[in-house]
Amino acid sequence: MATPGLSADATPEHPELRRRAPIGLRLFAGAIGLAVLLPLVYLLIRAGETGHRFWDIAGRDETLHVLWNSAVLTLLVTASSTVIGVVLAWLTVRTDLPGRTTWAVITCLPLVLPSYVGAFALIGAFSSNGLLAPLFALFGLDRPPRLYGLPGAWLTLTLFSYPYVMLTVRSGLRSLDPALADAARSLGHPPWRIARDITWPHLKPSVQAGSLLVALYTLSDFGAVSMLQFNSFTRAIFVYYRTSFDRSAPAVLALMLVALTLLILWIESRTRGSAKLYRAGVGAPRPASRVPLRLWRFPALLACTVITLLGLVLPLAVIAFWLLQGWTAGEPLWRGWSMVVHSVQAGLWAAGITVAAALPVAWLAVRFPGRTARLTEKAAYAGHALPSIMIALSLVFWAARYAPALYQSFALLIFAYACRFLPEALGSVRAALGTVSPRLEEAGRNLGRGPWSVLASITLPLLRPGLLTGFALVFLTTMKELPLTLLLAPTGFDTLATRIWSATEDALYAQAAAPALVLVAVSGIFVGVILNQEEQDDVYE
Amino acid sequence: MSGSAIQARCLCKRFGSVRAACGVHLDVAPSTFLALLGASGCGKTTVLRMLAGFVRPDGGSISIGGQTVVDDTTWTPPEKRRIGMVFQEYALFPHMSVADNIGYGIRPDQDRARRVAEMLDLVGLQTQRDRHPHELSGGQQQRVALARALAPEPAAILLDEPFSNLDAALRVRVRSDVRDILRHTGVTAIFVTHDQEEALSLADQVAVMMNGRIVQTGPPHEVYRAPADRAVAAFIGDANFLAGTAEGRKVHCELGELIAEQDHHGPVEVMFRPEDLLIIPFGEHRTATVTALQFFGHDQLIHLRLPSGATLRSRLLGAPGAYQRGQQVSVRVNNPAVIFPS
Repeated sequence: MATPGLSADATPEHPELRRRAPIGLRLFAGAIGLAVLLPLVYLLIRAGETGHRFWDIAGRDETLHVLWNSAVLTLLVTASSTVIGVVLAWLTVRTDLPGRTTWAVITCLPLVLPSYVGAFALIGAFSSNGLLAPLFALFGLDRPPRLYGLPGAWLTLTLFSYPYVMLTVRSGLRSLDPALADAARSLGHPPWRIARDITWPHLKPSVQAGSLLVALYTLSDFGAVSMLQFNSFTRAIFVYYRTSFDRSAPAVLALMLVALTLLILWIESRTRGSAKLYRAGVGAPRPASRVPLRLWRFPALLACTVITLLGLVLPLAVIAFWLLQGWTAGEPLWRGWSMVVHSVQAGLWAAGITVAAALPVAWLAVRFPGRTARLTEKAAYAGHALPSIMIALSLVFWAARYAPALYQSFALLIFAYACRFLPEALGSVRAALGTVSPRLEEAGRNLGRGPWSVLASITLPLLRPGLLTGFALVFLTTMKELPLTLLLAPTGFDTLATRIWSATEDALYAQAAAPALVLVAVSGIFVGVILNQEEQDDVYE
Repeated sequence: MSGSAIQARCLCKRFGSVRAACGVHLDVAPSTFLALLGASGCGKTTVLRMLAGFVRPDGGSISIGGQTVVDDTTWTPPEKRRIGMVFQEYALFPHMSVADNIGYGIRPDQDRARRVAEMLDLVGLQTQRDRHPHELSGGQQQRVALARALAPEPAAILLDEPFSNLDAALRVRVRSDVRDILRHTGVTAIFVTHDQEEALSLADQVAVMMNGRIVQTGPPHEVYRAPADRAVAAFIGDANFLAGTAEGRKVHCELGELIAEQDHHGPVEVMFRPEDLLIIPFGEHRTATVTALQFFGHDQLIHLRLPSGATLRSRLLGAPGAYQRGQQVSVRVNNPAVIFPS
C-alpha cells in the first residue's frame, strides 16, 4: 500500500486551507485567465460595433438556416454517438463478448484521427474514381452516391466522436459497485428495475459527460463540415471571412456560435444531478459478473466489425489507395519536409507555453481554493467552450486593426493554440498536483530547505508525469488543429493539417494521403504513450 | 523558566471566524516528552504548526532553545527553525528511497552517509535503506519519518497524531518503540494526540487543550488525580459526578459523607474515578441498583443507579458473573474525592 491518506485535499473543510495565495501567484494566474478570455472579449467588442446591423445579420434567413443546420447536426451526432458509445462500452465491460479487450482498444482508435482526415477518407472513398467506385459499379451505379452535406457530416462526426462517450461510460461502468445491484436483488427487485433505479442513476453522469464532449466537438468542428460542404456555423463563418470584406457577418455568426455552445453547457449543468453517488463499501469493488450474450454475440460482433471498418479501416485503406494511385500515376506525393518541421515546431512551442501557463493556474486552484482561484480556473477552462474558428477570427480581426506586426506571426499562432488548449494541460497538471500533498512540501521546509529548493527537489519531480501528459496532449491536438492554423499561420507556414486541407480542396487526393498517413502515425504513437503513462500511474497508485 | 527548550507565550490564531488558538502558554523543559492532548478541533494541531512555522500566529511569541523565532517583529521561516516534524500521514517523499528520505535534511557540511547509517541503525531499518516508502509497512513508514526528522539533529521534534494511522495491534508496539528512540536520543519532543490513554501512558508531561486554550499542564498522574476542572476530569478517563455540599475537608452527597481532597465550603460537584467506587454486595444500605455490566477481560465496568436517578460506574478487576442486572448493592468511595465548586 502507498503512504496512507496522502492527498492534497485530505481536510478540505480545515479552515487553514482557506489562507490567501501569495499576491504574485494570484496576479500571474489571474493574468493567464484574463488572456484566455481576450479573444472572446474582442469578439464581443467587434460584434457590438455592428450596432443595429447585429440583429439584421442575426435574423437573416441564411443565418437562421446555418443555426438550424448546426443544431440539427449537433443533435444527430450526439444522439448517434451516445447510442454507439453506450452499447460498445456495455459490450466491452459487462458482457462475455469474444475478444472484448481487443475490441475496446480497436473501437477507441478512431479518436486518433482528426475529423478532416475522416472527411477526406469519405470523399476519397466515394468520389467517382475512388476506392469504392468499383464496388458501386458492381451494382450498376456509374457513380457512387454523394455523401456531401448532412449525411456525410453526420456519419463522419459520429464515427470520430463516439469514443468520447465510450471511454467515459466504460469508466463509469467499471466503477459501478456490483454490491449495490446485489443489494437491490436481495430486496427482491427484478433486473429491469435494478437497471432503472440503481444502474442508470449511477451511469447517467458518465453518459452525460461523454455526450457533452461530443456535442461540443460537433459544434466546434471545422474540418469535416467544411470538406463535406455542410453549412454549419464554422463553415459559414470561414466562407464569409474568406469571401467578403464585411467583418460584421462573421463576427456576429461567431458570437452566435459561442452563445449556442454556452446554451448547451447551461442545459447540461441544469440536468446534471446534484446527488453524490457512492460505492457501498471501501476498497476496490469486486468485478461484476458478465452478462452472457449467447446468440446475441453474433449481431454484437457484426456491429463492432462494421464500426471498425467504417471508422478505422476505411480511412486507412483510402489513404493507402490514394498513395498507390498517386505513385502509379507518377504524381509527386511528398512536398518536402517543411510541413512536418512546421507541425512539430508549432506543437512543441504550443505544448511548452501551454503547460507553463497551466502550472500557476493549477497551483492556485489546488493549493488556495477560494473565489479568486475559482474564477481564474473557470476563465482558463473557457477554451473548452470557445470554438477554434472563433478564437482565430477574433485574433485576426484584432491583429489586423491594432497590431499589424503580429498579424500572421508565429507568436500570435502559439498564443491562439495556448488559449484553445489550456484546458487540456490544466486537466492533467491539476490532477497531478492534487496527488502531491502540501504536507510533503512542508516536510521539505521543515528539514531545512527553502521554498525554491523544495519546489525543485520535491514538487516538480512528483509532478513530472502530469506535466508530460499535459505536454503530449497539447502537442498532439496542436498538430491536428486545422482552423487556427489555417487562419493564423504565417504565410508559407504549411503544416500537415493545412496540406491535407488544401490538397483535398483541390481534389488532389493523392497529395493529401501522405501527410494524412504521417499525422495518423504520429497521433497513434502519442496516444499510445499517453495511455501507457496513465496505466503506469494506475499501477503506481 | 529560562531553561525551556520550547517556550510559547500568548499564542493566538484565528481562521476567519474560527478561533483556533487563544492565549496559549507552553514551557517544555529540555529532553521532555510532552503530550498536547485535546479533542479534535480544539486547536492542538494549529499550535504544533505554529511552532513548526507553517502557520503564522496573529499574536504572541515562540522561542526555541532560548532564541525567539516569532514575535511581533521577528519571523523565522520553517527551514531556519531547527525543528523536526513527524506528520500524521508521515509525508515521506514517494520518489525517494528510505536512505534519501532520511538524508534529505542533513546539511551539506555534515557526513551525510555516516549520519544516514546512524539513523537507520537507530530505527532498525538498515535492510530497508534502498526501498521506497510505498514498499514499507505503516510501522516502518512511521520509523522512517521519525529518522528523517531526527537526522538533522533538531533542537526539538514535533509529532502530529503520530499513531493514528496504525491499526490497534501495531500501535502499542510502535508507541513504545518511538518513546524508546526519543529517550535514547534525549531530544525534546511534543506530540499531539486526542487519545488520553496514549497521552497518559507515554508522556512525561501532559498539556490538556480545550477550545483553543491550554487548561492544565502537569505530569500524567497529576492531571488524572487532580484535574483542574470538571471538563478536564470528564475528558481524561472515566469520571463519576454527584452534587454535594462541602464543609472543610468533608463533603455530603447522596453516598453520605466523603473525604475531599481540598478545603471548601458550599455547594460543590464531587468527582471520583470508577476504580475508587467499591461495591459491597451484602452491605447495610443496599440503595444502588445494577443496571448494566460490561466485561472487558482484565476488568469489568458495573453501571449503577442511585435512588435519585444519578448513575455511577464502578470498575472492578476480574470476577465476572458476581453481579446481575437488577441486583441491589451498597457502594463506598475508597479514596478522597475531588471537588469542584459549583
